[in-house]
Amino acid sequence: MNNPLFVTDAERRMIPPSGVRGPVPVLIAIMTFVMVVVGAAGLALSNTASVVKSGVENRYSIQIADGAAKAPAAAAAARAQPGVVRVAQVPPEDLRRTLERWLGPAGQEADLPLPAIIDVDLKPGTDPGAVGKAVERAVPGARFISHRTSLEPLLKALRGLTLLALGLVLMIALASAAAVVLAARGALDTHRGTIEVMHGIGATDDQVARLFVRQIAIDALAGGVVGAAAAGTVIALILGGASTATMLAGTPPIGWNDLLWLVALPLAIALLATQVARGALLKALRERL
Amino acid sequence: MAGTIVEFDRVGLRYGTGAEVLRDLDFRLGEGGFYFLTGPSGAGKTSLLKLLYLAQRPTRGRMTLFGEELAHAPRDAMPAFRRRIGVVFQDFRLIRHLSAFDNVALPLRIAGKSEEEIEGPVREMLAWVGLADRASARPPTLSGGEQQRVAIARAVIAHPDLIIADEPTGNVDAAMAERILHLLTAMNRLGTTVIVATHDVGLIAATPAAQLIRLEKGVLVDPTGALRHPPRQPGAGRAAP
Repeated sequence: MNNPLFVTDAERRMIPPSGVRGPVPVLIAIMTFVMVVVGAAGLALSNTASVVKSGVENRYSIQIADGAAKAPAAAAAARAQPGVVRVAQVPPEDLRRTLERWLGPAGQEADLPLPAIIDVDLKPGTDPGAVGKAVERAVPGARFISHRTSLEPLLKALRGLTLLALGLVLMIALASAAAVVLAARGALDTHRGTIEVMHGIGATDDQVARLFVRQIAIDALAGGVVGAAAAGTVIALILGGASTATMLAGTPPIGWNDLLWLVALPLAIALLATQVARGALLKALRERL
Repeated sequence: MAGTIVEFDRVGLRYGTGAEVLRDLDFRLGEGGFYFLTGPSGAGKTSLLKLLYLAQRPTRGRMTLFGEELAHAPRDAMPAFRRRIGVVFQDFRLIRHLSAFDNVALPLRIAGKSEEEIEGPVREMLAWVGLADRASARPPTLSGGEQQRVAIARAVIAHPDLIIADEPTGNVDAAMAERILHLLTAMNRLGTTVIVATHDVGLIAATPAAQLIRLEKGVLVDPTGALRHPPRQPGAGRAAP
């Protein structure tokens, strides 16, 4: 049987069972915990970026700096364009309330000149340039501004953080692989005598390697499950605390598909550990006669 | 003699950058022969045994085992040849955490035999070496003599073509030494080539049909040339006194 996870009882006895007491499962548990938490954060950031982006994708504002008198003409020009699905002027009271946050009671003074702001939603695929030109023709000096442009720095930051999380996940995977290589080499050193006897009797490298691979795979899987369970608990607590926010946003930061990815991480770690261990063992064994 | 099982052609061996521990070894061992390897301590007996059981490659010369030139053979080819050799190490090299049964069964398991095929022969072999009631004992709980018998049982269990034994009677009493020699000669009569490294003059004297391979300071002592040009019949003459 070539699958290293399936060995006979006799083969299992060849290497004394250390079970999950060694450093490998503990290391893998910690790595998996960090990986799942960082992965969840990355997915949440990516989802948040998508929600923000889809919310402002087709939203624009007409800004008229010198007063509300020109607002109806600008709104009418926008409304006349094909693909415009909604035109709504931001009520002056809302603008004053916003200004009040910055200026204090002075924001409510009647002689404070207020710009007019009109929100415009376009159908997907509509050319925003044509709408903007029509508005500027009707009201010279009016500015037609994309919300996405305004939020681009935020979206860029969210994308950067998502990539950072992905990079961290990969780095942790690499660190886990390195730890497994060290553990595999350590196991070979510990059982040098047994391996020499086996080689001397005619065991192939594959026969020797699979005795160790199985144990490392079990340790990695055990560590992965423990780490993932701990990470799952932490994520559940954080999501529970964030339930109000997620309800307001209308979308949970981590969906079911994302959970599948997160559940796959410990399995991927175990698989990675198994393959890396096998490669490291065979390489180390080839260095011997 | 049916054929040549081991052929050394100007074989030399050195460890690292040190001086050669074996020099210009030129000899042939016939298939089905019984050989004693002798010589003073430091003569290179252990190094020659390592070459023979494929734990070491010569640094020069040609070494042919079972008709195949193995000095430069690919590493992957070695396990198949090692399975044809049974080795009794002077320090036994039993696996400490395995029972006597599992230690003896090891060559059969490595050769891919099923547990059904292993059980009977291993029990029989343990009974033969007088350890039937110690099958589940682990080496640290066995005496030196018992460990040696387990090592011998492990070496012969798979009926190898070549048995190499390093001081196989070094830790046993006279009666057990006689039984071990009887086992080795019985294996030899069945066609197995046997090479025994020993200082035990009594053992050599008890096996008059055997040939001697004598090493001194890494060089083969073969004044009659009998090892370079073996006679047609096994045991036709001793190569060196």
